[in-house]
Amino acid sequence: MAKITVTVNGSTHTSTVEDRTLLVHFLREQLNLTGTHVGCDTSQCGACVVLVDGKSVKSCTTLAARCDGASVTTIEGLSTDGSMHPLQEGFWECHGLQCGFCTPGMIMAATDLLAQNPNPTDDEIRHGLEGNLCRCTGYHNIVRSVQYAAAKMRGEAVSSQNA
Amino acid sequence: MIPAAFEYVKASSVAQAIALLNQHGDEAKVIAGGHSLLPAMKLRLSQPAVLIDIAQVAELKGIKTAGSTLTIGAGETYHAIATSATVISACPVLASCTGQIGDIQVRNAGTIGGALAHADPAADLTAVFLALGGTVTVQSAGGTRSIAADDLFVSMLMTALDSGELITAVSVPVMSKGQGASYAKLKHPASRYAIVGVAAAVTISNGVVSACRVAVTGAGPQAVRQPSVEKALIGTSGDAASIKAACASAGADMEYLGDIHASEEYRRAMVKVYAARALTDAVAAARA
Ligand SMILES: Cc1cc2nc3c(=O)[nH]c(=O)nc-3n(C[C@H](O)[C@H](O)[C@H](O)COP(=O)(O)OP(=O)(O)OC[C@H]3O[C@@H](n4cnc5c(N)ncnc54)[C@H](O)[C@@H]3O)c2cc1C
Ligand code: FES
Ligand code: FES
Repeated sequence: MAKITVTVNGSTHTSTVEDRTLLVHFLREQLNLTGTHVGCDTSQCGACVVLVDGKSVKSCTTLAARCDGASVTTIEGLSTDGSMHPLQEGFWECHGLQCGFCTPGMIMAATDLLAQNPNPTDDEIRHGLEGNLCRCTGYHNIVRSVQYAAAKMRGEAVSSQNA
Repeated sequence: MIPAAFEYVKASSVAQAIALLNQHGDEAKVIAGGHSLLPAMKLRLSQPAVLIDIAQVAELKGIKTAGSTLTIGAGETYHAIATSATVISACPVLASCTGQIGDIQVRNAGTIGGALAHADPAADLTAVFLALGGTVTVQSAGGTRSIAADDLFVSMLMTALDSGELITAVSVPVMSKGQGASYAKLKHPASRYAIVGVAAAVTISNGVVSACRVAVTGAGPQAVRQPSVEKALIGTSGDAASIKAACASAGADMEYLGDIHASEEYRRAMVKVYAARALTDAVAAARA
């Protein structure tokens, strides 16, 4: 067993986990943060993406024990005081989801993308979200949703029409 | 899926990691990015009893040039390499290759040392490392040695590393004037692993190709050089006609693997196509 102290969405948790526990299971089963999903067994779908120390990682392919001392952000940590993060708002406004299974991972990967590139082209968004698979949307509205958020985060006026 | 139980130890130095490897023998494995090892462990294809985490070992980090050599710590991630100003200027092919591996989450985790130690048949860096003629620095309880790229890959997923040895650094030549290298891959659309990947490095002196190394990955059980292509191109001007002629023998003397993604026959055809693309770009870079 490993004793780990991890800051998740700003609050610090000290927990005991089995050495083999994957970060995604620690988040979902020990912290009840079920917004992070598991969509595959092959590390390919991106439904489980969270930020560890600001970088996007697949939490199904990260050991919880390795995250001792790290800071983790999940989809639950994005909104502040009940108001949606620009990415959440963008997915809402631009119909960026259908079933929603891929959405938490998409949004967390897009958070990392926009932190590195606040003004991406559509191509850069598609390239930046290569690690996230969506079975529903055809990606088009996901790209628009991220453009909406990027514009809003740059302080520009936004509407679901111009993204 | 969840891996079989194991004991996890976070190593804080190379010496500690090596001592643990020796203590536990074949029961133990080091874990770097974990992006080959953990997927295999989740499928129970690999069940080490002890995992020695080297991801946070400071000695395995660092990217620097000294004279004509670029040296990268084995623990540097693909993303760090792809975005390093030092790599982009000293050996641009390494930046472009690491920038094409998997997706950003894979690049945030996977390491150059892990990629070369694992020697996946569909890995990208194996071919680039062979074409560049690099070396790995390897450390064990017995000391340090270096292994040349041509001697590193032995067979599918097998390298010349002994158990108890750790790759600590990877060195490649700094590209100088008249030298150019390129990597061209046909990628699997979901994982982006190479279905066929070809790396080429050329030197042009006085308008003539004076040195050339070409290596293929993805198509067979291990990354291999293409001596007949290399020989055919040396002494030519490196123009389109000589590249086409040289690539006629690309992939002729190698083993192939066929799978659900591509048949052997298709891979055989694509080796020629991607060899020509890689050589064309490498020659253009050498002339630039
Ligand atoms: C979804 C997905 C897509 C991918 N796409 C690609 C792709 O397009 N191209 C590609 O090339 N790869 C791809 N990969 C594989 C990825 O590049 C792996 O990260 C890489 O193969 C292994 O590096 P690692 O640092 O993760 O090693 P680990 O998984 O940690 O280790 C792999 C093996 O190497 C050993 N090892 C690790 N470091 C050392 C060291 N310093 N010395 C000695 N032994 C060591 C370990 O014990 C283990 O046996 C993909 C992986 C995933 C999950
Ligand atoms: S669950 Fe599919 S990549 Fe993590
Ligand atoms: S909205 Fe259903 S998988 Fe993306």
